[in-house]
Amino acid sequence: MAEEIDIDRVAQLARIALTPEEKQKFSRQLGDVLHHIHQLEQVDVSGIEPMSHAQPLANVWQEDVARAGLPVAEVLRNAPAHRSNMISVPKIID
Amino acid sequence: MANYEAVIGLEVHVQIRTHSKMFTRVATGYGQPENTLTDPTVLALPGALPVMNRAALDAIIKAGLMLGCEIAPVCKWDRKNYFYPDSPKNYQISQYDQPICLGGAVEIELPGPARNLMGEHKLIPLTRIHLEEDVGKCSHGATDSLVDYNRAGTPLMEIVSEPALHSGEEAYAYLTALRAAIVQGGISDCDMEKGQMRCDANISIRPVGATGLGTKVELKNLNSISYVRAGIDHEIKRQVALIESGGTIVQETRDYDGLTGASQSLRTKEMAHDYRYFPDPDLMPVQVDEAWKARLRASCPELPFDRQRRYFRDYELPYTLTSVLIWDRPLAEYFEAAVKAGGAAGKARAQQIGNWIANDLLRELKAGGAAGAEGTGGAGGLALAEVKMRPEHIAELVELVESGKLLGPAAKEVFAQTFASGEAPLAVAERAGLLAQPTDSGDLEAWCREAIANNAKAAAEFRAGKESAINGLKGPVMKAARGKANPREVDETLRRLLAE
Amino acid sequence: MSTAAPPVPPSAQAASSAPLHYQTIGELGARLACGELSAVELTRAVIERTRAVEPQVRAFNSRDEEDALAQAARSDARRAAGQVLGPLDGIPIGLKDVIAVRDQPLTASSRMLANFVSPYDATVAERLKNAGAVLWGRLNLDEFAMGSSTENSATQTTHNPWDLTRVPGGSSGGSAAAVAAGEAIAALGSDTGGSIRQPAALCGVVGLKPSYGLVSRYGLIAFASSLDQIGPFTRSVEDAALLLQAIAGHDERDSTSFKTAIPDYRAALFGAGETLGQRSPASSGGAANAALAPAGALCAGRRLGVPKEYFGEGIDPEVAAAVEAAIAFYREQGCEIVEVSLPHTRYCLDVYYVLATAEASSNLARYDGIRYGHRAQGARDIIDLYFKSRAEGFGEEVKRRIILGTYVLSSGYYDAYYLRAQKVRRLVTQDFLKAYEQVDALITPTVPAPAFEIGAKADPLALYLCDIYTIGANLAGLPAISLPCGFTSSGLPIGLQLIGQAFAEADLLKIAHAYESAHDWCRRRPAL
Repeated sequence: MAEEIDIDRVAQLARIALTPEEKQKFSRQLGDVLHHIHQLEQVDVSGIEPMSHAQPLANVWQEDVARAGLPVAEVLRNAPAHRSNMISVPKIID
Repeated sequence: MANYEAVIGLEVHVQIRTHSKMFTRVATGYGQPENTLTDPTVLALPGALPVMNRAALDAIIKAGLMLGCEIAPVCKWDRKNYFYPDSPKNYQISQYDQPICLGGAVEIELPGPARNLMGEHKLIPLTRIHLEEDVGKCSHGATDSLVDYNRAGTPLMEIVSEPALHSGEEAYAYLTALRAAIVQGGISDCDMEKGQMRCDANISIRPVGATGLGTKVELKNLNSISYVRAGIDHEIKRQVALIESGGTIVQETRDYDGLTGASQSLRTKEMAHDYRYFPDPDLMPVQVDEAWKARLRASCPELPFDRQRRYFRDYELPYTLTSVLIWDRPLAEYFEAAVKAGGAAGKARAQQIGNWIANDLLRELKAGGAAGAEGTGGAGGLALAEVKMRPEHIAELVELVESGKLLGPAAKEVFAQTFASGEAPLAVAERAGLLAQPTDSGDLEAWCREAIANNAKAAAEFRAGKESAINGLKGPVMKAARGKANPREVDETLRRLLAE
Repeated sequence: MSTAAPPVPPSAQAASSAPLHYQTIGELGARLACGELSAVELTRAVIERTRAVEPQVRAFNSRDEEDALAQAARSDARRAAGQVLGPLDGIPIGLKDVIAVRDQPLTASSRMLANFVSPYDATVAERLKNAGAVLWGRLNLDEFAMGSSTENSATQTTHNPWDLTRVPGGSSGGSAAAVAAGEAIAALGSDTGGSIRQPAALCGVVGLKPSYGLVSRYGLIAFASSLDQIGPFTRSVEDAALLLQAIAGHDERDSTSFKTAIPDYRAALFGAGETLGQRSPASSGGAANAALAPAGALCAGRRLGVPKEYFGEGIDPEVAAAVEAAIAFYREQGCEIVEVSLPHTRYCLDVYYVLATAEASSNLARYDGIRYGHRAQGARDIIDLYFKSRAEGFGEEVKRRIILGTYVLSSGYYDAYYLRAQKVRRLVTQDFLKAYEQVDALITPTVPAPAFEIGAKADPLALYLCDIYTIGANLAGLPAISLPCGFTSSGLPIGLQLIGQAFAEADLLKIAHAYESAHDWCRRRPAL
């Protein structure tokens, strides 16, 4: 009854390394939660528009006027590694 | 090759020229010091939120209207989730299933049989145009990669064509026409060297006559229009050769190197992306009403080929001349202003006006200044707006020439002076004594008789029917008149005397 | 802010003899105004109290006494110069550690942000500064606001001031406990599925979740963007009105912020004759007379709905009895009590866990150890860096929810989970709108049961059930308030929830105030 989650694939998408214990535990717990969630299938939703926002607003924008941004020192303030005013990451081989 | 046809679809990304970013109001820019164009939203700091840039919406709707797209009455924002260091939120705000522009087409012209002959025109249908945000830039050092977020969040529109192109040449023509429309609409400068316009091509081949699509290969990093043409043709040849040697095409992404003319595989799509698109809860939908569209429609310029057809119809301009004018909106508008300044005669003299602009004015523009100017066939140097010579000056110059008051060499001199100073042509000609003198008819007749007598051979040839021989007589007359005789009178007098 | 407000009577309670740290904003405001108290004295009293009880309560992730005293000194200087910024000027207010304050830590109680210092102010922080408040400390929570007990905090578990062996609720457990224990005069929290109201109920304080869009989310660490709202924790309904006044109102930096006229909430508490759903500023006429009327009479004629689905199985008998007593009070005061049905209530939890985790999986993608936050050592490459940094930086519940959210959005499952949940969300909302055709507000328990013991609930699903009464208001974007309505026989606070119509906070507060004025639950203090 409980849904089987392809936990490896999901963890891959979420970019989180899970231990074997976590995988097992989460699979079971999330299977239970999904089982609960499956009761949504009982609801007749035909003709119902999906609701993305609590308040129906549209065309919320600002005019195109540039304002001051963050000084570079503030950009780098919380950076784990930086060099030449840029964020340093392990070398990307694309 | 003869047995295969290529099917090509292009995805073109164009940065919209705005002052501030797509979803926050920090400035956009190119070539600024690293990480100086960021704020909490660009950097995706905890708690930062996006707010749309109205000007970017205006720009994409305008592009859609120019290209004949249907503008969706309602469109929304979706998150495209994937991890990459140049993407600060690790999702890109984009439009998935409700893009703002649907359909539309780009009219292209293929090369004609000769440079002065018009080529075939085709309409390349568009699938959609949607709005999204650009990512930052990674550069690679010896041991690490460095990320600069200045570009991140720049408004970016993606123009997706139907798979309706069949060669590198067609792709070249498509990008040329698309770029001209976007540049002339004031939407972007489309400078590919600055990454303002980028192109990916999806290429497959199939046996001629087949209707299905073959396995497609995505070609990336095509950073000039010429590279797009060369890269596509290279890829078509590669696929044909592969199939003919018994191989199969693998769905993959390949990188084309314009300098070496070779491509290499970046990645195969064994594991398809799962972007987990869903509506962005931080942003509200966009509703576009008729009034908004009408306002933008009023600001849309005429497309180049529409302009060209009008020039054929209204001014009977030759193809080569229209081809110079239509790709550069300021130049075409300058031309039209000059024609208008010429009044009733201006329309009849449109070709002469056009020639002065296409030859003399463009030459001066290219020679002057270093600033980049708009247009593909246009001025590479000085911008038209900075030029002191105004359209009405061109009209006046042509009027002086056509009425015989200004002769060829003198007209060139007047042009040079007006271009340099902005002084009106007539005033220049008068001040510099360059106007053709009203000659005494007795003197003129005497000079002509003398020329005929001294050049019996030319006179005989003319009388025998060789029309061009008369030119051999005009030279001596003009020399005797020290260059100030009215050429039309010289011509008439010579003909009269030769006919005696 | 409220300098131009119509004249309103002084605080409902006369000057209190309670210690400074246990007084309300209303009481302290009067003392600050007449000069018998300075902001520095008040702040020092709160600091002293915090030093005394914090080892037991553990409500704060961090606090900067020197900075708070400097802010208080500036408040006193303003007051001396006759430039008081409003009723919050000089009042120490704590902030849940998900609200950005420039140059202060912002950790979300996560290892991921353990060393993060915010370079910018949240809009609510900016507004509190503009109102003269003393921003005091960073309050503990369940990591990234995911939880109902603060046990999911990477910093520490906060203890319930009423019984230190029990949880304070969550996720804004630090905010609730700090206010209940006298470690702050008031606090801000955030509420995605009940994270203000549930801990307010468990700690015996007032907690208000405003209508979605009333308070800017700019600078609030996002959990589920379409549900999150910032709101106040206070010791009285009047204080909630004062704090809401300072933070409510349109903000152009939040696209989901609603443009609506902001009434004078405090004046509305004492105003007579308004009907529910009225969104214009409260009328000034009659306020003085109304103050003399019996408190309960202020809500006579109101129609209050009792949703039958909220009184089903699983509710603690003492909680049920206390809420029934509150309903009886309103009936005695002349309110019409109407039983209503919210038939999709049983699906709220499912809808919530699909939508909230999906949004969270995307909102928390930015915590990758690249630009800020925890970066794992010894990663082989960039991909490995993501995997390890996120594995090390996030706690178990956060990982669990990211995994669930990622799963429900993944290819092949979107329609079955996310899209369907969005549709049922609309049905849930329509239930409320239909009920409001009959009634002005809804009255329910806040939580099915009082505070449980630390460590008692290991099963996530059991813990998720704590939110069943509070989630509906988040899904429908409605304002809801929890206020104390009694104590269990073992001395644990019980919360009453009132759910109002969208942007009708003034009326919701007024109905709550009518109850509070006739009861002394709010005046009780834990034995700390």
